[in-house]
Amino acid sequence: MRLTDEEAAMLAGEFGEPRRWAITHQIAVGEFFDAADLVPVSQAHIMADTESLGEAGVRFLEGLAASPEADCRVRVPTITDPRGVDFAVYRRLRQTDAMAALERRAIEALRAFGVLMTDTCINYQTIMAPIRGEHLAYGDTGVVIYSNSVLGARSNFEGGPSALAAALTGRTACYGYHLDACRRATRRFRVAVLPRDFSEWGALGGIVGEVCGSYWEVPIIEGIDTVPDSDALKHFGTALASFGSVALFHIPGITAEEAIIDGAPPARTIGRDEIEAFLARYDAPGERLDVVVFGAPQLSLFEMEMIARALAGRRVHRDTTVIVATSPEIKHAADRMGLTSRIEMSGAVVAQGICFYQSYAREMAEANGWTRLMTNSAKLINIIGGYGYRPTLASLERCVDSAIAGRVL
Amino acid sequence: MPILLHCHKGTGPAVTGMALVAADNFSARYDLDRTKGIFSRPSHKLAGRSYADRILVLDTAKGGVATAWMLHDMTTRGVVPKALIFNRVNPILAQGAAFAGLALVDRFDGDVTQLFRTGDELRVDPATGLVEILNRDG
Repeated sequence: MRLTDEEAAMLAGEFGEPRRWAITHQIAVGEFFDAADLVPVSQAHIMADTESLGEAGVRFLEGLAASPEADCRVRVPTITDPRGVDFAVYRRLRQTDAMAALERRAIEALRAFGVLMTDTCINYQTIMAPIRGEHLAYGDTGVVIYSNSVLGARSNFEGGPSALAAALTGRTACYGYHLDACRRATRRFRVAVLPRDFSEWGALGGIVGEVCGSYWEVPIIEGIDTVPDSDALKHFGTALASFGSVALFHIPGITAEEAIIDGAPPARTIGRDEIEAFLARYDAPGERLDVVVFGAPQLSLFEMEMIARALAGRRVHRDTTVIVATSPEIKHAADRMGLTSRIEMSGAVVAQGICFYQSYAREMAEANGWTRLMTNSAKLINIIGGYGYRPTLASLERCVDSAIAGRVL
Repeated sequence: MPILLHCHKGTGPAVTGMALVAADNFSARYDLDRTKGIFSRPSHKLAGRSYADRILVLDTAKGGVATAWMLHDMTTRGVVPKALIFNRVNPILAQGAAFAGLALVDRFDGDVTQLFRTGDELRVDPATGLVEILNRDG
């Protein structure tokens, strides 16, 4: 890879050990993907929940963070994805003090780098939305696909170590979705009916994602003639990224970039029957309902308001737990606007800075005796089976009605 | 003569081990019980199988960025595949393997889930982009 004089100096250790480690890692990744050079980035977003960091990852962060501040201070604004524990509610969720202690260590280490603890996977709605053409080092697949597609920004999926490396060097290896060539569409889909709610937008993302099945596929979605809102495309994109590992989609006339495709490959049509069949895969009518989760991605203010309305004057069944996960910014706004108290009056738990599946989901299931989970997030449905849950995907309203009844309606 | 297969240059050290093959995809978060060292996702083709010290041969990576940290933690705890072979990976797997010092290669001529069989003894050399099947003749 071509290095600038400054990059070569980082590699030689002239800017301290953290930056030497960072650029060495970036060169290894860049060479794997035949990157010619590195590209400056304007933000980094680090996925650093303690469940995935583990003790080893936390020790790694602490080791780098022990360097002199001049050596380990991040070079660009750097924010964080949801963490593993919300200190205000972790005992209610039967997470352990050991989990909270590890979380505190990780937070302390990240702060030593100058990382801003935003703890969010909806930073494009709440912190600072990227600009078309802006090069970024974003973690969280949902953040990347939304930023690349809806906003026209340029980021690969940057796992925690790589996002930290980008924060330390202020650049990332220039491959994948930083390059025009990679952003051309590879597959066409046509939607015959518009999804009716977020669970159906997620189902559509899941269907397209399963067909694509690769990070390097870029689908065009045609037939969407009504402009969806940000939350609809949030659910669509996160499901597409989760089921397919896809990082960029184009909706002609709606998303940021012109969709360019070689030739005119036939479009695969997705109709109502296929969306309903996707939802039906997970259905379990009448089954006892252990936990309902609204999150993955964290809820916008508007989603918080929808849940507050759906729960108004009702009481969650005593055998069912309802968890509503949002970002600290939205939680504060919801507190101020009375939404949090309206939601919690029903018995539901509002958590901030977590996103459920990143929060020791297996251990929570074992400690609480949870098996049947219901959500309107297709992304969560895709992830949570591996943690021992049996998930059901349904609309927000049906999830709430089921939580009141204590069984899947 | 052992069978010699070429791929793109990868990352991590040269290793030898036994292949565990499936025409399925991979995420450390979605698919594994990392404490027990088994595939835990019920719908995965390797559900219930142990991955410890095996050379995993799979199609591609699933969504999710957690694998980038998790391979490092799995390596530190010693319950980890010996190497990873894929048709084509996403950045997360490459970043995770590079961070963990785990052998990873991809981009062969042909489908790796057909080229390799469970039980094959493999030598994987990421630096040169070569994989040898030691217990089968070409």
